[in-house]
Amino acid sequence: CRFWDLALREHAHVNKKGLYDEALSSFFQNAVLVDMEEGVVNEILQGPLREVFDSTQLLTDVSGSGNNWAVGHMTYGSAYREQIVDKLRKAAEHCDCLQCFFLIHSMGGGTGSGLGTSVLSLLEEEFPDVCRIVTSIYPSAEDDVITSPYNSVLAMRELTEHADCVLPVENQSLVDIVNKIKVMSHSAKPGSVIKRDSTVISGQGGISGSEKPFDAMNNIVANLLLNITSSARFEGSLNMDLNEIAMNLVPFPRLHYLVSSLTPLYTLADVSVPTRRLDQMFSDAFSKDHQLIRADPKHSLYLACALMVRGNVQVSDLRRNIERLRPSLPFVSWNQEGWKTGLCSVPPVGHSHSLLALANNTCVKPTFMELRERFTKLYRKKAHLHHYLHVEGMEQSFFSEAINSLNSLIEEYHQLDATKARLIPDAPRLSIAT
Amino acid sequence: MSVVTVQLGQCGNQVAHELFDVVCSDTQKKPSRAASCERFFHHSTHGELVARAVLIDMEPKVINQSVSRAAKCGRWRYGEDSHFSQKQGSGNNWANGYCVHGPRHRDVMEELVRREVERCDRLAGLLAMMSVAGGTGSGVGAYVTQCLRDVYPTTFILNHLTWPYRTGEVIVQNYNSVLTLAHLYQLSDAILVHENDTVHGICSQLLNIKHISFSDINKVIAHQLGSVLQPALTADSHGVYSRNPLGELVSALACHPEYKLLSMCTIPQMPSSSIAYSTFSWPGLLKHLRQMLISNTKMEEGIDWQVRPPAGSGRSTSLTGSSFNTSLANLLILRGKDVYSAETGGFEDPALYTSWLSSKEAFSLWKSPVSFNKYEKSATLVSNSQALLSPLDDMVGKAWNMFASRAYIHQYMKYGISEEDFLDSFTSLEQVISSYRQLC
Repeated sequence: CRFWDLALREHAHVNKKGLYDEALSSFFQNAVLVDMEEGVVNEILQGPLREVFDSTQLLTDVSGSGNNWAVGHMTYGSAYREQIVDKLRKAAEHCDCLQCFFLIHSMGGGTGSGLGTSVLSLLEEEFPDVCRIVTSIYPSAEDDVITSPYNSVLAMRELTEHADCVLPVENQSLVDIVNKIKVMSHSAKPGSVIKRDSTVISGQGGISGSEKPFDAMNNIVANLLLNITSSARFEGSLNMDLNEIAMNLVPFPRLHYLVSSLTPLYTLADVSVPTRRLDQMFSDAFSKDHQLIRADPKHSLYLACALMVRGNVQVSDLRRNIERLRPSLPFVSWNQEGWKTGLCSVPPVGHSHSLLALANNTCVKPTFMELRERFTKLYRKKAHLHHYLHVEGMEQSFFSEAINSLNSLIEEYHQLDATKARLIPDAPRLSIAT
Repeated sequence: MSVVTVQLGQCGNQVAHELFDVVCSDTQKKPSRAASCERFFHHSTHGELVARAVLIDMEPKVINQSVSRAAKCGRWRYGEDSHFSQKQGSGNNWANGYCVHGPRHRDVMEELVRREVERCDRLAGLLAMMSVAGGTGSGVGAYVTQCLRDVYPTTFILNHLTWPYRTGEVIVQNYNSVLTLAHLYQLSDAILVHENDTVHGICSQLLNIKHISFSDINKVIAHQLGSVLQPALTADSHGVYSRNPLGELVSALACHPEYKLLSMCTIPQMPSSSIAYSTFSWPGLLKHLRQMLISNTKMEEGIDWQVRPPAGSGRSTSLTGSSFNTSLANLLILRGKDVYSAETGGFEDPALYTSWLSSKEAFSLWKSPVSFNKYEKSATLVSNSQALLSPLDDMVGKAWNMFASRAYIHQYMKYGISEEDFLDSFTSLEQVISSYRQLC
């Protein structure tokens, strides 16, 4: 919901004449909102965005999934399958050209996690040629949903097998970033006043008025999506669209988990942007404080990295920073120059420039290992298992297969990590008889 | 005689636009105006200059921008129906461009080219402009070149390629480059190459541009290409400008099917503000240009004057990495004041060339008394030499390393390119590398 809010704001800023232009309207018709209980969707419908969505795009039920992946995936997945396919087809027909599916959900609950992954397989079946990019909100360790490890691991297996690209986001990281911004805006150092409307969490100037608890965090994710799609929506000297992201960042089909970071988090009010600040933006993108999961990419191994720059930044700035940062970033031996870059001329509202970095990096491994630990703690004692096994279609094998999938994923990342220290010689070239 | 330009992908479209811009401004008030106009433009019913170009891209934004920018400038424009675009792009995937988009839209693209060709009284040839790093320029570009070769078997086809920065613009750029070059080598008559790294150097060190944008890069490429393609007089053209630049270029430089890679350098290149305060002499310009050729320096900065051509007979192949750049053939194009007094003997020295062509056959000279693009005197050297050997080798080496771990291969296989196809391409290019390395 924040995404649509901010997207409208971004386009309104650029397009003085009116709110709805061609690119914009195509964007908005193509959303399908699914929830198995009505509260959230109803709120959206009563809010200022109600004009943007119509009832054919919505699917709700009454009682929710009880934080149970099996209920979401099996029960609702099969009950609503036809309706979902139908709505998706309608939305797809509106498109001149369907480029990709964006799925946004959380891993810890029942609906987003269970029904969400059911929809994912459905998309693969019905639209096999269309790229599927998933933004998954991973639960923090202190999550208040007890069964979130089960839900997450069960969902992860689906993501590994059926998604083209996954952008994991951890709530804890979002909280940390929000806090950092709050600290900055309250510190009131002279010369460091933050421009209004210019933080990555600000929604003011968007359509909805009041800010609610998760709003700030959700804004960050919304900004992530805005930046990924910016090159598809606006012009630039080096376009980077969504298909290119999947192509460049996924060297092996299962290793498609991308760590994202957004900078700057806020714009200071002084208008001139010295090169130093621009360079600082690039440095920040690689710092562990700006990542949307708790990970430190600089100390793990990069398989590939993409930099999407928006605003008044030229190719020479981009090159200078890549050269500067490159020596401190460990890249896998066969991809030493593994950079994908994009330049979009239109910056986000309130900023003169911004950077989104997407990395395929082995630093996701610890996140997965922690998840595995939390899962194992519950599974060992068979805690809450019966809630799942009672659901029709659900069997114990789902659990064992899911954990196996996670195990082998972690192992694959581990193998790559092991190559980090070793010096890999160049492969001998083909020799031509002279 | 007219050249039809086929602009492919974001880079191809952006660079070609700058080329038409340069050529049009250069055309304004010169004796070679008619020939120059004829070569690149036709006149619409309202007397406007319309570029002889076909614009192709798999997503619409770049073409839309290009067409409207040209229309706004008031000096020339693109034809209304000369473009073809789709919505979704090629995703930086050569296989997607070559196996899917190319064949799917073959008829439309061929039709657009046919229309443009038929508008020419006499067709000099086709110039396809593209990059090798992405998906459309490279993949669709290779496919389109193949189609053009089939439809116009006896027409000259030149490909102008922009090679990406060595430190990544696209992660799979080396794969895309290898596949493109291997395919084009069989189809194209000659391949003109510009490298982003080199042009970037020109922008920063010679033109003193602080914040270099792709627009700056593209303007330099256009300037260099323009200086080659604008009308000039060869030794036997008897004062008549309308010769076939593409045909002349190919016969001057690409005399052997194994050697088709052409590089170019132009001298002088300096900020426009400095031009008024500088004086140029032909001896000075030519001396620098010759040394740039020999030492394989692509711009006037940092020339290594120590490098000399090897003395006497008994030359060995440059396996030991001697810095002398052996040429197969060279084409020197001089434009501007007092051009007939320029002494070019230095380029006819047999020591510069491989032993199996006489220097008379290896060296060609074009002249035009008309100055080019603000420079009172300018010289461009188009070379078929070892200048591109090192970047080519680097590109193939990196691609091979990546291939050894099979990274990203599944993305290509999804669209119909197999490991065999990759191996074939690698083999062809190793052959090209070997041939150039053996040049002595």
